Amino acid sequence: MRWTTESAPRSTIRRPVARLAAAAALALAVTACGGGGGGGDAPADAAAGGEDTIVMGFSQVGAESGWRTANTKSVNDAAAEAGIELKFSDAQQKQENQIKAIRSFIQQRVDVIAFSPVVESGWDTVLMEAKRANIPVILTDRAVDSADTSLYATFLGSDFVEEGKKAGQWLLEQPESSAGPVNIVELQGTTGSAPAIDRQEGFAEVIAGNPNLKVIASQTGDFTRSGGKQVMEAFLKAHPDIDVLYAHNDDMGLGAIEAIEAAGKVPGQDIKIITVDAVKDGMQALADGKINFIVECNPLLGGQLMDLAKKVVAGEQIPPRVVTEETTFDQAAAKEALPTRQY
Amino acid sequence: MRELWRKPFWPLVVLLLLNLVLAPGFFAVRLQDGRLYGSLVDILHNGAPVALMALGMTLVIATRGIDLSVGAIVAICGAVTCAWIAASPDPTSPGAAIGGIGVALGLAVALGAWNGFLVSVLGIQPIIATLVLMTAGRGLAQLVTDGQIITVNNPLFSAIAGGELLAVPLTVIVAAAVYALVALATRRTALGTLVEAVGINPAASRLAGVRARTLIWTVYVFSALCAGVAGLMISSNVNAADANNAGLWLELDAILAVVIGGTSLAGGRFSITGTLFGALTIQTLTTTILSLGIPPEVSLVFKAVVVIVVCLLQSPKARALLGRRRRRRGAAGGAPPADPPPGPPTPDPDRADGAATPIPAQRSTP
Repeated sequence: MRWTTESAPRSTIRRPVARLAAAAALALAVTACGGGGGGGDAPADAAAGGEDTIVMGFSQVGAESGWRTANTKSVNDAAAEAGIELKFSDAQQKQENQIKAIRSFIQQRVDVIAFSPVVESGWDTVLMEAKRANIPVILTDRAVDSADTSLYATFLGSDFVEEGKKAGQWLLEQPESSAGPVNIVELQGTTGSAPAIDRQEGFAEVIAGNPNLKVIASQTGDFTRSGGKQVMEAFLKAHPDIDVLYAHNDDMGLGAIEAIEAAGKVPGQDIKIITVDAVKDGMQALADGKINFIVECNPLLGGQLMDLAKKVVAGEQIPPRVVTEETTFDQAAAKEALPTRQY
Repeated sequence: MRELWRKPFWPLVVLLLLNLVLAPGFFAVRLQDGRLYGSLVDILHNGAPVALMALGMTLVIATRGIDLSVGAIVAICGAVTCAWIAASPDPTSPGAAIGGIGVALGLAVALGAWNGFLVSVLGIQPIIATLVLMTAGRGLAQLVTDGQIITVNNPLFSAIAGGELLAVPLTVIVAAAVYALVALATRRTALGTLVEAVGINPAASRLAGVRARTLIWTVYVFSALCAGVAGLMISSNVNAADANNAGLWLELDAILAVVIGGTSLAGGRFSITGTLFGALTIQTLTTTILSLGIPPEVSLVFKAVVVIVVCLLQSPKARALLGRRRRRRGAAGGAPPADPPPGPPTPDPDRADGAATPIPAQRSTP
């Protein structure tokens, strides 16, 4: 008991200090999450605007990527253009912020609520409150898993399975695919996330039609450049005969390009690369010939969202699922699109 | 022979043997464009950042502290360097890279000093004090990058991870040099003993004339500096700063490396070679999962099982139980009882509570 006895009184002296520090840390964390983007509370002024302007409450996930920032900008611009008053709230990746924001939208009696759910589950209660207040809800970009589909008017977003299919379809159409066996490696997104599961599924479904096409390895790169690079390094050592890389987003593909170059191979030629997203860095690599094909995952859904909002407020019928308008890019198309690319 | 199981290098040996059997070509190393190329090189190169962070963490833990903020510091340093380079008049010039690196490392030292101030001067529990920076730091990095990934194209900056000296990646050389320096400084001078003394009993060591406050302050600054260098390596490796993901959860990897290496979280003793083996074990595990093609859905379970087995075999109680079972089975088979059943693990005279030292690193030599 040499040091325990001695340090015991010390720790009692320290305890209030530690407690104070804990409180300070907590306060810091709360301000860090609540500050900045306006937090969960939407501005309380302007009760529901004028008679004929539509007021939309929009709760965004956060600002975690260039894709998301472009998405926010698109919604803001489209609202201004359509003459819809937008109450914007940034949830900073937290569901509780988002629920708070939706409740505040309900209290302010907005005409329509739109939001990109941070997670899939746990929305039934707050969506029920919106339904009781007769405020239609539009989901954007991400879905919720509520069994009761009457809780929201529609879900506007990308079809990730379709994106995977488009990637597979391009590969099917390449002359090499009919010539002989093609060895494919796949860089998956974060394990268990909807885009990773769906993009894998759609791709696998399409390439199953051609026995030449075989996925010889598939690992997660967590949607990051570092992850993509590290996994590709291991792939290149374990499989000397890779023909095609399919990456679930541009960033992993960009990391993999560095690994391929370090292995003395030429990305885009020795190994063909297909990615999804079409962010600016990815489009640049496509224009430079390092990537062969990019399936777009379009964040610019503001225009479509405002159209749907007008229709649902006017009481028109809208389909329960609306897919974002999306395209694909090959190298020539990328060169053309790059100068005007917004994100 | 049984002592051998206590050494921190055996999990690494087992993993490498597994690869020798199951992954042909794992040990192949060749020259590619003047740089060594192979899975073993990948392990050293990709393991270098965590190895550095774990080195800083080892000294912090030896003083009975912990530093949770290193992952956030990785993100901050990557973000600051890339933002600096991108904002400079000529983003490809060496001057831009040197400026960015200088500012980032200076900031790392300042953040380490902040941690050290909270712990040594204000006496805040290390886990809370560094938690502040862990939460706020990543936000700071996101503020610097505006939440975007900043891509840079600077030859000098990309040489940190992409360059090599005599075909060996610079990351490996830097990490090895820092390890050698710290090993020399702590084992060839009194510094190591002083750090251990502070970890065993800060009050007594202070009364004995050890400048505990300065020492504690120094180890937090050193830990942050290591994390800063690791951050430069990580962002240079992909020529981009990703404030959301760079260094995410790496503080836990660093702590795990320290624990696998045999340093007790209770402080007071540490093993630098053990930490090095711990860090290499973690990276080898990752590379093994990738080269064996273990599906991502089960790879986390695989990792967890390996870590549990390693920790169990390092625990004296678990080992004693295992030994007793084996002996009992031997006796039932008709063999003469070898030696009397072992009692409870030998109490450690250095530990006040009489418990056996969980992980005997330094004094376990037979």
